[in-house]
Amino acid sequence: MPIRLRVDGLAASRGEDPIFREVCLVLDAGGALLVTGRNGTGKSTFLRTLAGLHPADSGTILLEGVTDPTAPVRESLQYLGHRNAMKRDLTVAENLVFWARFSGQAGDPAKDGDAALEAVGLGGLGHLPFGYLSAGQQRRAALARLLVAHRPVWLMDEPTAALDTASERMVEALIARHRATGGIVIAATHQALDVPGAQTLTMSGFAVPT
Amino acid sequence: MMALYLRDLKLATRAGGGALTGILFFMAVVAVVPFGLGPDLKLLAQVGPAMLWIGALLASLLGLDRLFQAEREDGALDVMLMQETPLVLTVFVKCLAHWTASGLPLVLVSPLLGLFLNMEPTAIFATMLTLLAGTPAITLIGAMGAAVAVALPRGGLLVSILVLPLVIPVLIFGVSAAYAAVEDPAPFLPPFMILTAITLFFAVIGPAAAAVALRASSE
Repeated sequence: MPIRLRVDGLAASRGEDPIFREVCLVLDAGGALLVTGRNGTGKSTFLRTLAGLHPADSGTILLEGVTDPTAPVRESLQYLGHRNAMKRDLTVAENLVFWARFSGQAGDPAKDGDAALEAVGLGGLGHLPFGYLSAGQQRRAALARLLVAHRPVWLMDEPTAALDTASERMVEALIARHRATGGIVIAATHQALDVPGAQTLTMSGFAVPT
Repeated sequence: MMALYLRDLKLATRAGGGALTGILFFMAVVAVVPFGLGPDLKLLAQVGPAMLWIGALLASLLGLDRLFQAEREDGALDVMLMQETPLVLTVFVKCLAHWTASGLPLVLVSPLLGLFLNMEPTAIFATMLTLLAGTPAITLIGAMGAAVAVALPRGGLLVSILVLPLVIPVLIFGVSAAYAAVEDPAPFLPPFMILTAITLFFAVIGPAAAAVALRASSE
């Protein structure tokens, strides 16, 4: 059964200040949403609210079509935040194998890790400590985490931060591939990412949409 | 879960990990005691178990604040909070790995340090046994403090102060069991059983409380 993400009347605040109100959206399998807006308008907060990492004031987030409908939605999401969630002292491959195992991914994590590194253009660098990589390479390694620990919905916060133009194309290809297999992608970005058929959500700060 | 345990062990033993810091601190504290007290062998033997316990207690508190802070700083905590694995279990496994890397070595070097303090073999063995039963409780209690202070940039001292009142019972029963083994009228078993009970109690309460605090701190 294809999945469908349904967000209804979502609202969140930071302290006393409302960040967004009454956000409603429906994303079908293969759908994508680009969240845009200036700095400080709440793109990250929106993604963190969806991920269950920031409390919502009101509203519901539902994921239809998953095997266990009673499980919290956050378990079907894969969140790529500003920070890469990788340990500097471990090698890239060790980091990926850990996340694959920890996320309960079936299969051979070492082989999946190599394939994922190949897909993000870091093939053959798995033996290096994560801290040795450049900022752009670290970001690409973090993207590889999304591939080794499969979740149907990707939440990406500035996925192309620190990436060069060629790597931006690579991110677009990853997004397209994930959507082609029935996944959903929600990305907050400043860069003009080419995501065909994507809905857009423009965050405008404290203005309440009517 | 095995993956998390092994990863944390690897991190603790590689460069920048805290495993060695605790042992060196423990050795430094215990090694200076004979110099401070002077060459009175009888006195040294008398304060031995207490000194070992105080040294081990302070050394265990040393690296505790990094338990969750390191995960938060690189964003790994966010991903852990979203997993299907219950957070309580994740916290428990992290505590277990932390104890294996920094608590267990303290237990293992304590006999050597006991020799510095002119302790009898029975006293050394009893102290080692009580440390083995008691140090996990320090880690588990410390996890609660570490989780509460996870968002604070300089939480280290705060964690120690939050945790200290709760670990005092561990110290009291640990030391009294160690003394009971060498001083005849006092029975060894009751304080040792209470010490074990404290550890088991916090094995349940500690991870649960830490998990609640971590969820609340992610806002």
